[in-house]
Amino acid sequence: MSETQSNYNYKVVRQFAVMTVIWGIVGMAMGVFIAAQLVWPDLTYGIEWLSYGRLRPLHTNAVIFAFGGCALFATSYWCVQRTCHARLFCGPLAAFTFWGWQVVILLAAITLPMGMTSGKEYAELEWPIDLLITAVWVSYAVVFFGTIAKRTVSHIYVANWFFGGFILAVALLHVVNSCEIPVSLFKSYSCYAGAQDAMVQWWYGHNAVGFFLTAGFLGMMYYFVPKQAGRPVYSYRLSVVHFWALIFTYMWAGPHHLHYTALPDWTQSVGMLFSLILLAPSWGGMINGIMTLQGAWHKLRDDPILKFLITSLSFYGMSTFEGPMMAIKTVNALSHYTDWTVGHVHSGALGWVAMVSIGSIYYLLPRLFGKPEMHSVKLITVHFWVATIGVVLYIASMWIAGVMQGLMWRAVNPDGTLTYSFVEAVKGSYPFWTIRFVGGLLFLSGMLIMAYNMFKTMAGGKTEDAPVLAPAGHHA
Amino acid sequence: MDINDLRSIVTVLSFAIFIGIVWWAYGGKRKARFDEAANLPFAEDEGDRVHAGAARQEQRKTS
Repeated sequence: MSETQSNYNYKVVRQFAVMTVIWGIVGMAMGVFIAAQLVWPDLTYGIEWLSYGRLRPLHTNAVIFAFGGCALFATSYWCVQRTCHARLFCGPLAAFTFWGWQVVILLAAITLPMGMTSGKEYAELEWPIDLLITAVWVSYAVVFFGTIAKRTVSHIYVANWFFGGFILAVALLHVVNSCEIPVSLFKSYSCYAGAQDAMVQWWYGHNAVGFFLTAGFLGMMYYFVPKQAGRPVYSYRLSVVHFWALIFTYMWAGPHHLHYTALPDWTQSVGMLFSLILLAPSWGGMINGIMTLQGAWHKLRDDPILKFLITSLSFYGMSTFEGPMMAIKTVNALSHYTDWTVGHVHSGALGWVAMVSIGSIYYLLPRLFGKPEMHSVKLITVHFWVATIGVVLYIASMWIAGVMQGLMWRAVNPDGTLTYSFVEAVKGSYPFWTIRFVGGLLFLSGMLIMAYNMFKTMAGGKTEDAPVLAPAGHHA
Repeated sequence: MDINDLRSIVTVLSFAIFIGIVWWAYGGKRKARFDEAANLPFAEDEGDRVHAGAARQEQRKTS
Protein backbone atom coordinates (compact mmCIF):
# COMPACT_ATOMS: atom_id res chain seq x y z
CA MET A 1 0.00 0.00 0.00
CA SER A 2 2.71 2.45 0.96
CA GLU A 3 4.08 2.97 -2.54
CA THR A 4 0.62 3.73 -3.92
CA GLN A 5 0.09 6.53 -1.40
CA SER A 6 1.54 9.19 -3.66
CA ASN A 7 -0.71 11.50 -5.69
CA TYR A 8 -1.56 11.64 -9.36
CA ASN A 9 0.29 14.28 -11.36
CA TYR A 10 -2.57 16.63 -12.16
CA LYS A 11 -0.44 19.71 -12.64
CA VAL A 12 0.67 18.85 -16.17
CA VAL A 13 -2.88 17.75 -17.10
CA ARG A 14 -4.21 21.07 -15.78
CA GLN A 15 -1.65 23.04 -17.81
CA PHE A 16 -2.40 21.20 -21.02
CA ALA A 17 -6.18 21.35 -20.47
CA VAL A 18 -6.18 25.13 -20.02
CA MET A 19 -3.88 25.65 -23.02
CA THR A 20 -6.18 23.46 -25.14
CA VAL A 21 -8.89 26.11 -24.78
CA ILE A 22 -6.49 29.03 -25.27
CA TRP A 23 -4.86 27.55 -28.40
CA GLY A 24 -8.27 26.50 -29.67
CA ILE A 25 -9.34 30.13 -29.65
CA VAL A 26 -6.09 31.31 -31.27
CA GLY A 27 -6.11 28.63 -33.98
CA MET A 28 -9.80 28.99 -34.80
CA ALA A 29 -9.55 32.80 -34.80
CA MET A 30 -6.78 32.41 -37.35
CA GLY A 31 -9.10 30.20 -39.40
CA VAL A 32 -11.93 32.74 -39.23
CA PHE A 33 -9.46 35.44 -40.25
CA ILE A 34 -8.27 33.65 -43.38
CA ALA A 35 -11.88 32.73 -44.20
CA ALA A 36 -12.61 36.47 -44.06
CA GLN A 37 -9.68 37.08 -46.41
CA LEU A 38 -11.36 34.90 -49.00
CA VAL A 39 -14.49 37.02 -48.75
CA TRP A 40 -12.65 40.36 -48.50
CA PRO A 41 -9.33 39.83 -50.29
CA ASP A 42 -8.01 43.32 -49.48
CA LEU A 43 -8.55 42.86 -45.76
CA THR A 44 -4.86 43.16 -44.86
CA TYR A 45 -3.77 45.79 -47.40
CA GLY A 46 -1.14 43.47 -48.87
CA ILE A 47 0.93 43.17 -45.68
CA GLU A 48 2.99 40.08 -46.42
CA TRP A 49 3.09 38.69 -42.85
CA LEU A 50 -0.69 38.63 -42.87
CA SER A 51 -1.11 37.14 -46.32
CA TYR A 52 -3.31 34.09 -46.76
CA GLY A 53 -0.44 31.87 -47.88
CA ARG A 54 1.48 32.46 -44.64
CA LEU A 55 -1.42 32.43 -42.20
CA ARG A 56 -3.08 29.30 -43.57
CA PRO A 57 -0.26 27.00 -42.37
CA LEU A 58 -0.32 28.87 -39.07
CA HIS A 59 -4.05 28.09 -38.78
CA THR A 60 -3.57 24.38 -39.55
CA ASN A 61 -0.58 24.05 -37.23
CA ALA A 62 -2.36 25.91 -34.43
CA VAL A 63 -5.55 23.88 -34.55
CA ILE A 64 -3.94 20.49 -35.15
CA PHE A 65 -0.80 20.63 -33.06
CA ALA A 66 -1.55 23.38 -30.53
CA PHE A 67 -5.25 22.80 -29.84
CA GLY A 68 -5.46 19.11 -30.76
CA GLY A 69 -1.99 18.37 -29.40
CA CYS A 70 -2.64 19.96 -26.00
CA ALA A 71 -5.97 18.11 -25.78
CA LEU A 72 -4.20 14.82 -26.50
CA PHE A 73 -1.45 15.47 -23.96
CA ALA A 74 -3.99 16.42 -21.28
CA THR A 75 -6.35 13.51 -21.84
CA SER A 76 -3.67 10.86 -22.36
CA TYR A 77 -1.80 11.93 -19.19
CA TRP A 78 -5.09 11.79 -17.27
CA CYS A 79 -6.27 8.50 -18.71
CA VAL A 80 -2.96 6.66 -18.39
CA GLN A 81 -2.61 7.60 -14.71
CA ARG A 82 -6.18 6.80 -13.78
CA THR A 83 -6.38 3.47 -15.61
CA CYS A 84 -2.87 2.32 -14.63
CA HIS A 85 -3.35 3.35 -10.99
CA ALA A 86 0.05 4.95 -11.05
CA ARG A 87 1.48 8.45 -10.86
CA LEU A 88 2.86 9.79 -14.14
CA PHE A 89 6.40 8.54 -14.76
CA CYS A 90 9.17 11.13 -14.40
CA GLY A 91 7.52 14.44 -13.44
CA PRO A 92 10.31 16.73 -14.72
CA LEU A 93 10.16 15.10 -18.16
CA ALA A 94 6.38 15.55 -18.22
CA ALA A 95 6.92 19.24 -17.40
CA PHE A 96 9.41 19.39 -20.27
CA THR A 97 6.79 18.04 -22.67
CA PHE A 98 4.49 20.89 -21.64
CA TRP A 99 6.99 23.73 -21.88
CA GLY A 100 8.73 22.24 -24.91
CA TRP A 101 5.43 21.93 -26.76
CA GLN A 102 4.48 25.53 -25.94
CA VAL A 103 7.86 26.72 -27.29
CA VAL A 104 7.25 24.74 -30.51
CA ILE A 105 3.89 26.48 -30.90
CA LEU A 106 5.34 29.93 -30.23
CA LEU A 107 8.15 29.30 -32.73
CA ALA A 108 5.54 28.26 -35.30
CA ALA A 109 3.62 31.48 -34.64
CA ILE A 110 6.79 33.51 -35.27
CA THR A 111 8.37 31.66 -38.20
CA LEU A 112 5.35 30.89 -40.37
CA PRO A 113 4.15 34.50 -40.81
CA MET A 114 7.79 35.41 -41.60
CA GLY A 115 7.58 33.01 -44.51
CA MET A 116 9.97 30.37 -43.15
CA THR A 117 8.62 27.04 -44.30
CA SER A 118 9.77 23.71 -45.60
CA GLY A 119 6.66 23.69 -47.79
CA LYS A 120 5.32 20.31 -46.66
CA GLU A 121 1.69 20.42 -45.64
CA TYR A 122 1.15 19.94 -41.88
CA ALA A 123 4.96 19.72 -41.59
CA GLU A 124 5.90 23.26 -42.57
CA LEU A 125 8.10 24.01 -39.58
CA GLU A 126 11.81 24.37 -40.35
CA TRP A 127 14.47 21.93 -39.21
CA PRO A 128 15.51 23.44 -35.83
CA ILE A 129 11.86 23.29 -34.73
CA ASP A 130 11.60 19.75 -36.12
CA LEU A 131 14.44 18.76 -33.81
CA LEU A 132 12.69 20.29 -30.80
CA ILE A 133 9.47 18.46 -31.75
CA THR A 134 11.44 15.21 -31.85
CA ALA A 135 12.88 15.85 -28.37
CA VAL A 136 9.44 16.65 -26.94
CA TRP A 137 7.85 13.65 -28.62
CA VAL A 138 10.48 11.19 -27.41
CA SER A 139 9.99 12.58 -23.88
CA TYR A 140 6.23 12.15 -24.29
CA ALA A 141 6.77 8.50 -25.25
CA VAL A 142 9.08 7.95 -22.26
CA VAL A 143 6.58 9.51 -19.84
CA PHE A 144 3.60 7.66 -21.30
CA PHE A 145 5.14 4.21 -21.67
CA GLY A 146 7.05 4.65 -18.41
CA THR A 147 3.69 5.12 -16.67
CA ILE A 148 2.31 2.03 -18.36
CA ALA A 149 5.40 0.09 -17.25
CA LYS A 150 4.84 1.04 -13.58
CA ARG A 151 1.09 0.31 -13.62
CA THR A 152 -0.34 -1.56 -10.66
CA VAL A 153 -3.12 -3.28 -12.61
CA SER A 154 -2.33 -6.11 -14.99
CA HIS A 155 -4.38 -5.08 -18.02
CA ILE A 156 -3.56 -2.09 -20.24
CA TYR A 157 -6.90 -0.38 -20.90
CA VAL A 158 -7.84 -0.03 -24.59
CA ALA A 159 -7.71 3.80 -24.52
CA ASN A 160 -4.03 3.52 -23.62
CA TRP A 161 -3.46 1.26 -26.62
CA PHE A 162 -4.87 3.96 -28.87
CA PHE A 163 -2.84 6.71 -27.17
CA GLY A 164 0.28 4.52 -27.34
CA GLY A 165 -0.27 3.69 -31.01
CA PHE A 166 -0.72 7.38 -31.75
CA ILE A 167 2.50 8.34 -29.95
CA LEU A 168 4.61 5.69 -31.70
CA ALA A 169 3.15 6.29 -35.17
CA VAL A 170 3.54 10.07 -34.96
CA ALA A 171 7.18 9.66 -33.90
CA LEU A 172 7.80 7.44 -36.95
CA LEU A 173 5.95 9.78 -39.33
CA HIS A 174 7.66 12.92 -38.06
CA VAL A 175 11.16 11.47 -38.27
CA VAL A 176 10.75 9.96 -41.74
CA ASN A 177 8.95 12.91 -43.34
CA SER A 178 11.23 15.51 -41.74
CA CYS A 179 14.41 14.02 -43.22
CA GLU A 180 15.84 17.20 -44.67
CA ILE A 181 19.14 18.82 -45.54
CA PRO A 182 19.64 22.21 -43.87
CA VAL A 183 21.23 24.87 -46.05
CA SER A 184 20.99 27.60 -43.42
CA LEU A 185 19.48 28.04 -39.98
CA PHE A 186 16.12 28.87 -41.51
CA LYS A 187 16.01 26.82 -44.70
CA SER A 188 16.20 23.13 -45.52
CA TYR A 189 15.32 20.86 -48.41
CA SER A 190 13.66 17.45 -48.29
CA CYS A 191 15.85 14.36 -48.59
CA TYR A 192 13.43 12.93 -51.11
CA ALA A 193 12.78 14.06 -54.65
CA GLY A 194 9.96 14.08 -57.19
CA ALA A 195 7.12 11.58 -56.90
CA GLN A 196 8.85 9.87 -53.96
CA ASP A 197 8.86 13.15 -52.05
CA ALA A 198 5.15 13.58 -52.76
CA MET A 199 4.45 10.02 -51.66
CA VAL A 200 6.44 10.36 -48.42
CA GLN A 201 4.67 13.66 -47.74
CA TRP A 202 1.20 12.13 -48.16
CA TRP A 203 2.14 8.94 -46.38
CA TYR A 204 2.91 11.37 -43.55
CA GLY A 205 -0.06 13.63 -44.26
CA HIS A 206 -2.72 10.99 -44.26
CA ASN A 207 -1.28 9.18 -41.28
CA ALA A 208 -1.20 12.48 -39.43
CA VAL A 209 -4.97 12.31 -39.97
CA GLY A 210 -5.07 8.61 -39.12
CA PHE A 211 -2.93 8.60 -36.04
CA PHE A 212 -2.74 12.17 -34.72
CA LEU A 213 -6.35 13.12 -35.49
CA THR A 214 -7.96 9.69 -35.21
CA ALA A 215 -6.16 7.11 -33.05
CA GLY A 216 -5.34 9.65 -30.34
CA PHE A 217 -8.88 11.00 -30.22
CA LEU A 218 -10.30 7.47 -30.24
CA GLY A 219 -8.26 6.96 -27.08
CA MET A 220 -10.21 9.91 -25.68
CA MET A 221 -13.47 8.35 -26.87
CA TYR A 222 -12.74 4.99 -25.22
CA TYR A 223 -12.14 6.63 -21.85
CA PHE A 224 -14.41 9.66 -21.68
CA VAL A 225 -17.55 8.27 -23.36
CA PRO A 226 -17.82 5.33 -20.91
CA LYS A 227 -16.96 7.63 -17.98
CA GLN A 228 -19.52 10.28 -18.87
CA ALA A 229 -22.18 7.69 -19.73
CA GLY A 230 -21.39 5.77 -16.54
CA ARG A 231 -21.26 2.48 -18.41
CA PRO A 232 -18.43 0.31 -19.70
CA VAL A 233 -17.73 0.38 -23.43
CA TYR A 234 -20.32 -1.51 -25.53
CA SER A 235 -17.94 -4.24 -26.71
CA TYR A 236 -14.41 -4.51 -25.45
CA ARG A 237 -13.65 -7.19 -28.04
CA LEU A 238 -14.74 -4.89 -30.83
CA SER A 239 -12.42 -2.23 -29.43
CA VAL A 240 -9.48 -4.65 -29.68
CA VAL A 241 -10.31 -5.50 -33.29
CA HIS A 242 -10.96 -1.79 -33.99
CA PHE A 243 -7.46 -0.92 -32.79
CA TRP A 244 -5.61 -3.54 -34.82
CA ALA A 245 -7.71 -2.98 -37.95
CA LEU A 246 -6.79 0.72 -37.92
CA ILE A 247 -3.12 -0.07 -37.30
CA PHE A 248 -3.00 -2.53 -40.21
CA THR A 249 -4.85 -0.38 -42.77
CA TYR A 250 -4.22 3.33 -42.18
CA MET A 251 -0.58 3.29 -43.28
CA TRP A 252 -1.61 2.40 -46.85
CA ALA A 253 -4.22 5.07 -47.53
CA GLY A 254 -1.92 8.05 -48.26
CA PRO A 255 -1.77 7.74 -52.09
CA HIS A 256 -5.42 8.85 -52.37
CA HIS A 257 -4.08 12.40 -51.93
CA LEU A 258 -2.19 11.96 -55.21
CA HIS A 259 -4.82 10.62 -57.61
CA TYR A 260 -4.15 11.49 -61.25
CA THR A 261 -0.64 12.74 -60.52
CA ALA A 262 2.81 11.42 -61.49
CA LEU A 263 2.45 8.74 -58.81
CA PRO A 264 2.31 5.26 -60.44
CA ASP A 265 -1.22 4.17 -61.21
CA TRP A 266 -1.05 0.96 -59.17
CA THR A 267 0.01 2.97 -56.09
CA GLN A 268 -3.05 5.17 -56.51
CA SER A 269 -5.25 2.08 -56.75
CA VAL A 270 -3.73 0.55 -53.61
CA GLY A 271 -4.37 3.83 -51.78
CA MET A 272 -7.96 3.91 -52.98
CA LEU A 273 -8.59 0.29 -52.00
CA PHE A 274 -7.22 0.66 -48.50
CA SER A 275 -9.17 3.88 -48.03
CA LEU A 276 -12.35 1.95 -48.86
CA ILE A 277 -11.40 -0.84 -46.43
CA LEU A 278 -10.96 1.79 -43.71
CA LEU A 279 -14.70 2.35 -43.65
CA ALA A 280 -15.14 -0.94 -41.77
CA PRO A 281 -12.95 -0.28 -38.69
CA SER A 282 -14.02 3.37 -38.59
CA TRP A 283 -17.68 2.50 -38.42
CA GLY A 284 -17.00 -0.37 -36.05
CA GLY A 285 -15.40 2.12 -33.68
CA MET A 286 -18.15 4.67 -34.09
CA ILE A 287 -20.85 2.08 -33.38
CA ASN A 288 -18.90 0.87 -30.37
CA GLY A 289 -18.78 4.40 -28.97
CA ILE A 290 -22.40 5.29 -29.63
CA MET A 291 -23.78 1.94 -28.44
CA THR A 292 -22.02 2.46 -25.12
CA LEU A 293 -25.05 4.59 -24.39
CA GLN A 294 -27.35 1.60 -24.88
CA GLY A 295 -29.92 1.61 -22.13
CA ALA A 296 -28.94 5.12 -21.05
CA TRP A 297 -30.08 7.19 -24.02
CA HIS A 298 -32.05 9.48 -21.72
CA LYS A 299 -28.75 10.85 -20.44
CA LEU A 300 -28.26 12.55 -23.80
CA ARG A 301 -31.25 14.75 -23.09
CA ASP A 302 -29.81 16.69 -20.20
CA ASP A 303 -26.08 16.07 -20.25
CA PRO A 304 -24.41 18.56 -22.63
CA ILE A 305 -21.00 16.90 -22.22
CA LEU A 306 -22.46 13.65 -23.48
CA LYS A 307 -24.08 15.61 -26.31
CA PHE A 308 -20.63 16.81 -27.38
CA LEU A 309 -19.16 13.32 -27.18
CA ILE A 310 -21.93 11.51 -29.03
CA THR A 311 -22.29 14.22 -31.69
CA SER A 312 -18.55 14.00 -32.26
CA LEU A 313 -18.99 10.29 -32.97
CA SER A 314 -21.76 11.04 -35.46
CA PHE A 315 -19.44 13.41 -37.29
CA TYR A 316 -16.70 10.79 -37.10
CA GLY A 317 -19.07 8.36 -38.82
CA MET A 318 -20.03 10.94 -41.44
CA SER A 319 -16.50 11.95 -42.33
CA THR A 320 -15.20 8.37 -42.35
CA PHE A 321 -17.95 7.53 -44.84
CA GLU A 322 -17.24 10.61 -46.91
CA GLY A 323 -13.46 10.03 -46.88
CA PRO A 324 -13.46 6.57 -48.49
CA MET A 325 -16.03 7.78 -50.99
CA MET A 326 -13.83 10.74 -51.97
CA ALA A 327 -10.85 8.37 -52.27
CA ILE A 328 -12.56 6.58 -55.17
CA LYS A 329 -10.71 7.86 -58.23
CA THR A 330 -13.77 8.87 -60.24
CA VAL A 331 -15.26 10.79 -57.30
CA ASN A 332 -11.87 12.31 -56.58
CA ALA A 333 -11.74 13.55 -60.18
CA LEU A 334 -14.60 15.84 -59.22
CA SER A 335 -13.75 16.64 -55.61
CA HIS A 336 -9.99 17.10 -55.65
CA TYR A 337 -8.64 20.67 -55.29
CA THR A 338 -12.17 21.95 -54.60
CA ASP A 339 -13.77 23.19 -51.37
CA TRP A 340 -15.42 19.79 -50.96
CA THR A 341 -12.09 18.63 -49.54
CA VAL A 342 -12.07 21.61 -47.18
CA GLY A 343 -15.60 20.73 -46.08
CA HIS A 344 -14.63 17.09 -45.51
CA VAL A 345 -11.60 18.05 -43.45
CA HIS A 346 -13.65 20.36 -41.26
CA SER A 347 -16.42 17.82 -40.78
CA GLY A 348 -13.66 15.68 -39.26
CA ALA A 349 -11.72 18.47 -37.58
CA LEU A 350 -14.57 20.52 -36.09
CA GLY A 351 -17.24 17.84 -35.86
CA TRP A 352 -15.13 14.96 -34.62
CA VAL A 353 -11.76 16.11 -33.26
CA ALA A 354 -12.79 19.43 -31.74
CA MET A 355 -16.10 18.18 -30.31
CA VAL A 356 -14.64 15.08 -28.67
CA SER A 357 -11.84 17.25 -27.23
CA ILE A 358 -14.26 19.88 -25.98
CA GLY A 359 -16.42 17.21 -24.32
CA SER A 360 -13.38 15.60 -22.69
CA ILE A 361 -11.97 18.91 -21.47
CA TYR A 362 -15.37 19.83 -19.97
CA TYR A 363 -15.21 16.48 -18.15
CA LEU A 364 -11.70 17.22 -16.88
CA LEU A 365 -11.88 20.87 -15.84
CA PRO A 366 -14.05 20.56 -12.71
CA ARG A 367 -12.11 17.49 -11.59
CA LEU A 368 -8.81 19.28 -12.08
CA PHE A 369 -9.88 22.33 -10.09
CA GLY A 370 -11.72 20.56 -7.28
CA LYS A 371 -15.24 21.59 -8.30
CA PRO A 372 -18.33 19.35 -8.49
CA GLU A 373 -19.15 20.58 -12.00
CA MET A 374 -18.48 23.38 -14.48
CA HIS A 375 -19.36 26.91 -13.36
CA SER A 376 -22.38 26.86 -15.68
CA VAL A 377 -23.77 23.67 -17.19
CA LYS A 378 -26.24 25.79 -19.13
CA LEU A 379 -23.39 27.52 -20.93
CA ILE A 380 -22.07 24.09 -22.04
CA THR A 381 -25.44 23.52 -23.69
CA VAL A 382 -25.25 26.93 -25.34
CA HIS A 383 -21.73 26.11 -26.51
CA PHE A 384 -22.96 22.81 -27.91
CA TRP A 385 -25.69 24.35 -30.04
CA VAL A 386 -23.59 27.29 -31.24
CA ALA A 387 -20.82 24.88 -32.24
CA THR A 388 -23.17 22.43 -33.95
CA ILE A 389 -24.88 25.12 -36.01
CA GLY A 390 -21.43 26.47 -36.89
CA VAL A 391 -20.18 23.09 -38.15
CA VAL A 392 -23.32 22.44 -40.17
CA LEU A 393 -23.13 25.86 -41.86
CA TYR A 394 -19.45 25.32 -42.54
CA ILE A 395 -19.63 21.89 -44.13
CA ALA A 396 -22.89 22.41 -46.02
CA SER A 397 -21.56 25.57 -47.69
CA MET A 398 -18.29 23.88 -48.57
CA TRP A 399 -20.06 20.88 -50.06
CA ILE A 400 -22.14 23.10 -52.33
CA ALA A 401 -19.18 25.31 -53.26
CA GLY A 402 -16.95 22.28 -53.85
CA VAL A 403 -19.31 20.39 -56.12
CA MET A 404 -20.07 23.60 -58.00
CA GLN A 405 -16.36 24.33 -58.52
CA GLY A 406 -15.69 20.76 -59.65
CA LEU A 407 -18.53 20.86 -62.17
CA MET A 408 -17.55 24.30 -63.49
CA TRP A 409 -13.89 23.35 -63.90
CA ARG A 410 -14.67 20.22 -65.86
CA ALA A 411 -17.41 21.67 -68.09
CA VAL A 412 -16.37 21.86 -71.74
CA ASN A 413 -18.06 23.32 -74.81
CA PRO A 414 -18.82 21.13 -77.85
CA ASP A 415 -15.65 22.47 -79.47
CA GLY A 416 -13.54 21.28 -76.53
CA THR A 417 -12.83 24.68 -74.95
CA LEU A 418 -13.55 25.27 -71.25
CA THR A 419 -17.02 26.59 -70.55
CA TYR A 420 -15.96 28.67 -67.56
CA SER A 421 -12.81 30.61 -66.78
CA PHE A 422 -11.36 29.98 -63.32
CA VAL A 423 -12.44 33.34 -62.01
CA GLU A 424 -16.08 32.55 -62.78
CA ALA A 425 -15.88 29.64 -60.31
CA VAL A 426 -14.32 32.01 -57.78
CA LYS A 427 -17.15 34.47 -58.28
CA GLY A 428 -19.73 31.72 -57.85
CA SER A 429 -18.06 30.64 -54.58
CA TYR A 430 -18.35 34.01 -52.83
CA PRO A 431 -21.76 33.48 -51.16
CA PHE A 432 -20.65 30.09 -49.84
CA TRP A 433 -17.36 31.48 -48.55
CA THR A 434 -19.41 34.05 -46.66
CA ILE A 435 -21.58 31.32 -45.12
CA ARG A 436 -18.41 29.39 -44.21
CA PHE A 437 -17.04 32.51 -42.51
CA VAL A 438 -20.23 32.77 -40.43
CA GLY A 439 -20.08 29.06 -39.56
CA GLY A 440 -16.46 29.39 -38.44
CA LEU A 441 -17.29 32.51 -36.46
CA LEU A 442 -20.04 30.60 -34.62
CA PHE A 443 -17.67 27.76 -33.77
CA LEU A 444 -15.12 30.28 -32.49
CA SER A 445 -17.80 31.99 -30.37
CA GLY A 446 -18.48 28.63 -28.78
CA MET A 447 -14.83 28.41 -27.74
CA LEU A 448 -15.03 31.89 -26.20
CA ILE A 449 -18.04 30.75 -24.16
CA MET A 450 -15.99 27.75 -23.08
CA ALA A 451 -13.08 29.98 -22.03
CA TYR A 452 -15.40 32.16 -19.91
CA ASN A 453 -16.87 29.05 -18.31
CA MET A 454 -13.39 27.64 -17.72
CA PHE A 455 -12.01 30.74 -16.00
CA LYS A 456 -15.13 30.96 -13.83
CA THR A 457 -14.66 27.30 -12.88
CA MET A 458 -10.98 27.86 -12.13
CA ALA A 459 -11.64 30.86 -9.89
CA GLY A 460 -11.18 29.83 -6.27
CA GLY A 461 -10.69 26.21 -7.28
CA LYS A 462 -8.45 23.83 -5.37
CA THR A 463 -5.48 22.52 -7.27
CA GLU A 464 -4.66 19.54 -5.11
CA ASP A 465 -3.73 16.24 -6.69
CA ALA A 466 -5.96 13.25 -5.98
CA PRO A 467 -4.32 10.26 -4.32
CA VAL A 468 -3.33 7.34 -6.50
CA LEU A 469 -5.78 4.47 -6.23
CA ALA A 470 -4.73 1.15 -4.84
CA PRO A 471 -4.66 -1.68 -7.39
CA ALA A 472 -8.08 -3.15 -8.02
CA GLY A 473 -7.36 -6.23 -5.90
CA HIS A 474 -6.76 -4.13 -2.79
CA HIS A 475 -10.23 -2.64 -2.95
CA ALA A 476 -12.15 -5.87 -2.74
CA MET B 1 14.25 -14.32 -53.91
CA ASP B 2 13.63 -10.76 -54.92
CA ILE B 3 12.41 -8.01 -52.62
CA ASN B 4 8.87 -8.21 -54.01
CA ASP B 5 8.47 -11.78 -52.74
CA LEU B 6 9.39 -10.54 -49.30
CA ARG B 7 6.83 -7.74 -49.63
CA SER B 8 4.11 -10.21 -50.59
CA ILE B 9 5.02 -12.47 -47.69
CA VAL B 10 4.83 -9.57 -45.22
CA THR B 11 1.40 -8.56 -46.56
CA VAL B 12 0.00 -12.08 -46.34
CA LEU B 13 1.57 -12.57 -42.91
CA SER B 14 0.03 -9.30 -41.67
CA PHE B 15 -3.36 -10.43 -42.89
CA ALA B 16 -2.98 -13.80 -41.15
CA ILE B 17 -1.95 -12.04 -37.92
CA PHE B 18 -4.98 -9.78 -38.14
CA ILE B 19 -7.32 -12.76 -38.60
CA GLY B 20 -5.59 -14.34 -35.62
CA ILE B 21 -6.26 -11.23 -33.54
CA VAL B 22 -9.96 -11.30 -34.46
CA TRP B 23 -10.14 -14.98 -33.52
CA TRP B 24 -8.34 -14.27 -30.24
CA ALA B 25 -10.54 -11.28 -29.37
CA TYR B 26 -13.75 -13.19 -29.93
CA GLY B 27 -12.57 -16.42 -28.33
CA GLY B 28 -14.92 -17.52 -25.55
CA LYS B 29 -12.18 -17.91 -22.96
CA ARG B 30 -11.22 -14.24 -23.03
CA LYS B 31 -14.75 -12.95 -22.34
CA ALA B 32 -14.47 -12.67 -18.58
CA ARG B 33 -11.08 -11.00 -18.81
CA PHE B 34 -12.35 -8.44 -21.32
CA ASP B 35 -15.42 -7.67 -19.20
CA GLU B 36 -13.09 -6.97 -16.31
CA ALA B 37 -10.87 -4.82 -18.53
CA ALA B 38 -13.87 -2.82 -19.76
CA ASN B 39 -14.52 -1.83 -16.15
CA LEU B 40 -11.00 -0.49 -15.58
CA PRO B 41 -12.03 3.18 -15.87
CA PHE B 42 -14.61 2.58 -13.14
CA ALA B 43 -12.27 1.07 -10.57
CA GLU B 44 -11.95 4.54 -9.06
CA ASP B 45 -15.54 4.82 -7.94
CA GLU B 46 -16.58 1.42 -6.66
CA GLY B 47 -20.27 2.21 -6.38
CA ASP B 48 -20.45 3.43 -9.92
CA ARG B 49 -18.60 0.42 -11.26
CA VAL B 50 -20.75 -2.14 -9.55
CA HIS B 51 -23.84 -0.37 -10.75
CA ALA B 52 -22.73 0.00 -14.37
CA GLY B 53 -21.12 -3.42 -14.58
CA ALA B 54 -24.12 -5.19 -13.13
CA ALA B 55 -26.49 -3.42 -15.49
CA ARG B 56 -24.43 -4.37 -18.52
CA GLN B 57 -23.98 -7.96 -17.37
CA GLU B 58 -27.70 -8.29 -16.80
CA GLN B 59 -28.34 -7.02 -20.29
CA ARG B 60 -25.90 -9.52 -21.82
CA LYS B 61 -27.53 -12.45 -20.09
CA THR B 62 -30.95 -11.56 -21.41
CA SER B 63 -29.75 -10.83 -24.96
